[in-house]
Amino acid sequence: MNDYVVIRDLNFGYSERPVLKGINLTVHKGGLVAIMGLSGCGKTTLLRLMGGQLQARHGSVCVAGQELNHMTESQLYALRRRVGMLFQFGALFTDLSVFDNVAFQMREHTDLSESMIRDLTLMKLNAVGLRGVQGLMPAELSGGMARRVALARATALDPDLILYDEPFTGLDPISLGVIGRLIRELNDALGATSVLVTHDVQESMKIVDYIYFVSDGVIVAQGTPDEIRASPLPFVHQFVWGEADGPLPFHYPGVALVEDFGLMVSS
Amino acid sequence: MKGGIVRGLQSIGDGALKIVERIGAVVLFLGQILMHSGAILRRFPLVIREMYFAGVQSLIIILVSGLFVGMVLGLQGFETLQSYGSSESVGVLVALSLMRELGPVVSALLFASRAGSAMTAEIGLMKATEQLSAMEMMAVNPLARVVAPRFWAGVLSLPLLAALFGAMGIMGGFFVTVVMLGVDSGAFWSQMQAAVDFHHDVVNGMIKSLVFGVAVSAIATYEGYEAPPTAEGVSGATTRTVVSSSLAILALDLLLTAFMMKGWN
Repeated sequence: MNDYVVIRDLNFGYSERPVLKGINLTVHKGGLVAIMGLSGCGKTTLLRLMGGQLQARHGSVCVAGQELNHMTESQLYALRRRVGMLFQFGALFTDLSVFDNVAFQMREHTDLSESMIRDLTLMKLNAVGLRGVQGLMPAELSGGMARRVALARATALDPDLILYDEPFTGLDPISLGVIGRLIRELNDALGATSVLVTHDVQESMKIVDYIYFVSDGVIVAQGTPDEIRASPLPFVHQFVWGEADGPLPFHYPGVALVEDFGLMVSS
Repeated sequence: MKGGIVRGLQSIGDGALKIVERIGAVVLFLGQILMHSGAILRRFPLVIREMYFAGVQSLIIILVSGLFVGMVLGLQGFETLQSYGSSESVGVLVALSLMRELGPVVSALLFASRAGSAMTAEIGLMKATEQLSAMEMMAVNPLARVVAPRFWAGVLSLPLLAALFGAMGIMGGFFVTVVMLGVDSGAFWSQMQAAVDFHHDVVNGMIKSLVFGVAVSAIATYEGYEAPPTAEGVSGATTRTVVSSSLAILALDLLLTAFMMKGWN
């Protein structure tokens, strides 16, 4: 099975507001794919649909050959044991130490001895360069460190699929580079499949295999990083090079300026 | 005029429906907690940990309040009973008031304000910072791992706190009436022992605190779990926990007392 995540004709919305409109997307096994787009375009929603946290209104989301929409809660939980997710700000458990955060899934889902859990946890922390902070609480970590601990936690059970929700947000350039490199290395070392939701074009282009651009609930462009860089599409060009002018409007649609300010136009 | 009356009636009906809907939602949530409490023995260290936060850390406020309530009961009782020449019965008044009513009710109200609001805020913040979502994505149900241990800790802690509240209240009553006002110590204790029935007073008081524990813990965990994931959402949920729990305690107290009184006759 070469296709690990397959999404077909996916539609989703909150209340009456449609967010995703007919998304088709495939992630090959072992691949590292980025989903990009403006804030509020539905990237995180798409990621949550892949994790089974939301259910599609129409269409299908298949992960590891299993259709998520028709799963029972226990089947979904069984699948999630093979999925790791890195949340935007880490979402570390604030009442547990760094060590206990990383060991959490091993204690919940395995019968490993405490000494074995200790060794595995330290190995995971070592992989992200944070073995030295095992005794600290999440509140004592910087944003970048918290993200790295969360990465160690997300890979604690060597998942087949890793989902990353805005892993680069709010990081300094050094932490950003470190996290980017770790994402690529962990994906290759674990033989996992990864999906990355991000705005950070330059950093993600360095590490991903394929990119999907989402705008207004549909996929407007896709390709390898080189194809994306060379894309003649005005939307992609504006997004990749961060230009203010282009097809993406600066102003959110609203009533006319004259009307909003109550101005009269003299004839 | 007619339209105003209709709108008024509509808003009363709407309010009543919302209250019924909320009670139903809490009861359904309680059912879900019970369904996910199967592995609670495996997670018993978590229950103990939560009992420390909910129970042990509420001890000071419970003990001090119990002492003062007992002292006030002693003073009021002494003054009233003295006019009938039966001030020696003040021990009975203090003990029965505390065992049957004040112990379970006041300790539950204090528990709701101190521990219930903390439970709501903690669960609500875990939701707002995506910790509950992260747990779900790690194939661990937050109802089983976060909610159920807190719920059972509340249920187990409240009867113990109510018992301590009652004991401190009796000590307070003893101090005021015997030590300060000179009521005979032997009469204080012997009349109390003769009047207090283990089943009707002590056990019924414990049953009340157990029911209050279930109500307060279910409301507190529900409000936290369903809180909108914002600062305003969590603060609103915390307020609702204290208000709803207090009203639930008073309503349940009336109901339970009515049933227990019927049983006594």
